[in-house]
Amino acid sequence: MARPLISVPATAKRGEIVEIKALIAHPMETGYRPGPDGRVLPRDIIRRFVCTYNDVEIFSADLFPAMSANPFIAFTTVAVESGTLTFTWTGDNGFSQSETATITVS
Amino acid sequence: MEIGMEPMTSVTRRQVLLAGAGLLSVLMVRPGRAAPTDMEAAIQAMVGKAEIRPGRVHLEIPPLVENGNAAPLTVTVDSPMTEAEFVKTIAVFNEKNPQPNVAVFHLGPRAGRAQVSTRMRLATSQKVVAIAELSDGTFWSDSADVIVTLAACVEG
Repeated sequence: MARPLISVPATAKRGEIVEIKALIAHPMETGYRPGPDGRVLPRDIIRRFVCTYNDVEIFSADLFPAMSANPFIAFTTVAVESGTLTFTWTGDNGFSQSETATITVS
Repeated sequence: MEIGMEPMTSVTRRQVLLAGAGLLSVLMVRPGRAAPTDMEAAIQAMVGKAEIRPGRVHLEIPPLVENGNAAPLTVTVDSPMTEAEFVKTIAVFNEKNPQPNVAVFHLGPRAGRAQVSTRMRLATSQKVVAIAELSDGTFWSDSADVIVTLAACVEG
């Protein structure tokens, strides 16, 4: 299992714009790189990233091999209500992983 | 009469030389890399027949990248991000990696600010282009030239 790292402020004022940072440990093998034996390693990347806020999609991304290993994405959202942010990464070889973070909005 | 003929012949010679130089540059393009036209084709696939205007988008990427395996970049778009007017999509393209696409980000009015940051690979010194699609269907773009000292994808 790849290890995700997420930064979401624990508390926010209603209407405040909060910055969200999401990183996941993943090699993002491009499919163009030769391995130790000289043969090209097969592609293994994360193709999609989705963030939902209380089950409503607020941000998503389609990723390509030109993304760096351990893909990092930072974006913003308006803190509307207390709840859960769910982050999902899906990709090649059936890769799928989710992580959640809670935010308290006052 | 002879003096009048002289410029004509020299223009013809120059044209021949230019054609030769053009052919040479075509032959020197290495395989396994996206040609600038691949990037144009990828951009075309995203925007269709719409016009892409420069402006409103700000692509921040260091002009000199030491490590092409992870070049940080930030794309910001001038937009109020309200229900009436917001940024729908931000896409990043490159000129000379094996594939022209880098990432496509889907935003909405709930983003509050039209800004995304990420890290990309750069196979060589090249141009990076960011294109934003607004809710009114217009496309805006910005580009940056990047010099890479240690390229991605060379070493195993």
